[in-house]
Amino acid sequence: MSVKVPAAVRPLIGFPVLLRQHGFSVAPEQTVSFLEAVELLGPRSIEHVRKAALATLAPHPEQRPRFDALFDMHFLGAIGELGEDEWHPDDDMQVQDDIGTEEVVIGEDINETGQAATGAEALAIRTLRAPDDGEILRRFSVALPDALPRRRGYRHQAARHGKGIDLARSLRAAMRNEGEVMSLKRLRRTRRPRPVLLLIDVSGSMKQRSDVHLALAHEIVHAMPRVEVFTFGTRLTRLTRALRLKNREQALVAASGLVADWDGGTRIGDALEAFLAVPRFAGYARGANVIVLSDGLERGDPSTMIRAIHRLAARAFRIDWFTPLAIDPEYRPETEALRAIRPLLASLGDASSTSRLCRAILAIGEARAA
Amino acid sequence: MALRSTIAGISSPEALAEALKAALYLADDGIATAGYLALALGKPLLLEGAPGVGKTEAAKAIAGILGRQLIRLQCFEGIDAAAALYEWNYPRQMLAIRQAQEGSSSTDIYRDEFLIERPMLTALRRPDSTVLLIDEIDRSDHEFEAFLLEFLSDFSISIPERGTLRAAERPVVILTSNRTRDLHEALRRRCVYHYIAYPDPAREAEIIMLRSSAVAESTARAVVAAVGILRNEPLSKPPGVAEAVDWAEAATALARTGASWPEAFRRSLGAAIKDEEDLAHLRPRLAQFIPGMAA
Repeated sequence: MSVKVPAAVRPLIGFPVLLRQHGFSVAPEQTVSFLEAVELLGPRSIEHVRKAALATLAPHPEQRPRFDALFDMHFLGAIGELGEDEWHPDDDMQVQDDIGTEEVVIGEDINETGQAATGAEALAIRTLRAPDDGEILRRFSVALPDALPRRRGYRHQAARHGKGIDLARSLRAAMRNEGEVMSLKRLRRTRRPRPVLLLIDVSGSMKQRSDVHLALAHEIVHAMPRVEVFTFGTRLTRLTRALRLKNREQALVAASGLVADWDGGTRIGDALEAFLAVPRFAGYARGANVIVLSDGLERGDPSTMIRAIHRLAARAFRIDWFTPLAIDPEYRPETEALRAIRPLLASLGDASSTSRLCRAILAIGEARAA
Repeated sequence: MALRSTIAGISSPEALAEALKAALYLADDGIATAGYLALALGKPLLLEGAPGVGKTEAAKAIAGILGRQLIRLQCFEGIDAAAALYEWNYPRQMLAIRQAQEGSSSTDIYRDEFLIERPMLTALRRPDSTVLLIDEIDRSDHEFEAFLLEFLSDFSISIPERGTLRAAERPVVILTSNRTRDLHEALRRRCVYHYIAYPDPAREAEIIMLRSSAVAESTARAVVAAVGILRNEPLSKPPGVAEAVDWAEAATALARTGASWPEAFRRSLGAAIKDEEDLAHLRPRLAQFIPGMAA
């Protein structure tokens, strides 16, 4: 069955559709509000339509120039410049979800030494071997659930001290004393683990550490609920599913098969923009402990990376960045991008060896508890 | 859903802007339109913007012109249903139980008199005489945001002991956010949205004079120009509209005591810049920011 839409309304309905095509998220109920709003306002001029669209379709302030350009194009027929704004994800950044399979192209120019960071995309495959730090990792995964910051839950639990009064328990106790309330039983809010988002740099400059980092990711996935793992280099790859395999060897083999950009260049900004552009992925960062394992040697445009981290920080609970360069406790980031984002990071830790990295991650929650 | 095109005598965005001006709030086109649409569509109004651009003031003014009581729910990290919805008055319940024991009669401890209303429940029970302001929602946790989503879509609250309470009509709800973090898309979707930017200089001068009748036009203009420069500086707390009003008032008061104008502006700078590090950052180049000192 098809519903006849009056000709006059068609351009109005078309506008939210156009917005969706350009990366805005507009829900059907917003389209309905938009039409109602236009009706309420008159509309006596095109500016009324614009105001109705602004109020009901709710573009972010950063998206305004783009929104206005699309509006002019759609309703006024203006062929204006579609301004490039920060919201627009990089088109050539490939996102590899771990649901489908994709043909892996093997690059010829592999960054052999891993000394320098390059921006070129060099695709490679790699077989991961489990590192020898088994004992360290095992102890790490036992300590982890208690170490990471938690959030207040919505439920209450019985406790010795607490803000709320547990009426049911107090009355039950009173029954035993013939209805005399001797002491008030207390309630407090439960504390639940926050989601964890792990972003791992697999570019050439991190070559020596990637094996350990993935093994670590495997431990974290199994130690905590709600963990998401992504790798980035010249691409973005979701590894969560592969790492859910219980056996570490199997999991690492499955994971290494998914990542196509081993030991290639580093385009952190583009990878993060791509991450934030997929709503399902971006949702993983909401209220999460974000852990980034990267040297932050960005070979793309540093401003893209800075912008992306700002957006990530607006969603996440906290971002902790671990870099193998931070051996010295006095380490100060030297690249422009890392310096600019330093205030957004809750900590910048040492990832130069497995034991140090484990210790640094376990220390995340300490500052808050103190 | 039926559209109400006239609410409390307001039949267009222009009428709302007029009424707001009478309530000492100068609204631009955008906020007048968004406010009118929110009232007419029966949707919550979500106002975002930097601190001090007048989000809360807008809510107060809207409550004022509707002749309704403003109920304010200030959000904070860890806010929960007990602070937002209702709580049982446990001590009174206990006393009632004791009394019932003495008289050996049964008592219902879930009556209204044992229920402590919190802002959201109050708004739900008296939707025709209240405006609910949920202030600084970006400070609350994601869980509270999700809970709010449920409240804002069907305006009902369930109290296990009493059953579900539903609003007789859609209450007027205004939410504000300082954008310290992104709000959930689903929440933005349910609301009529407006981003309040800093007002343009002419409008800001008008706001200052409307808010404080003692300030002369030349003073207001000078303050607006200075504040405009300050907002482009990398400050941790850029002065908002409220600070601009304070500064203009403070400088006027000092000038009355005989201080020269540049001196009055300099000495009252604390009304606009309220952060020691910001002041330290500005101090070496103070002459650029103080009206009348640059010349």
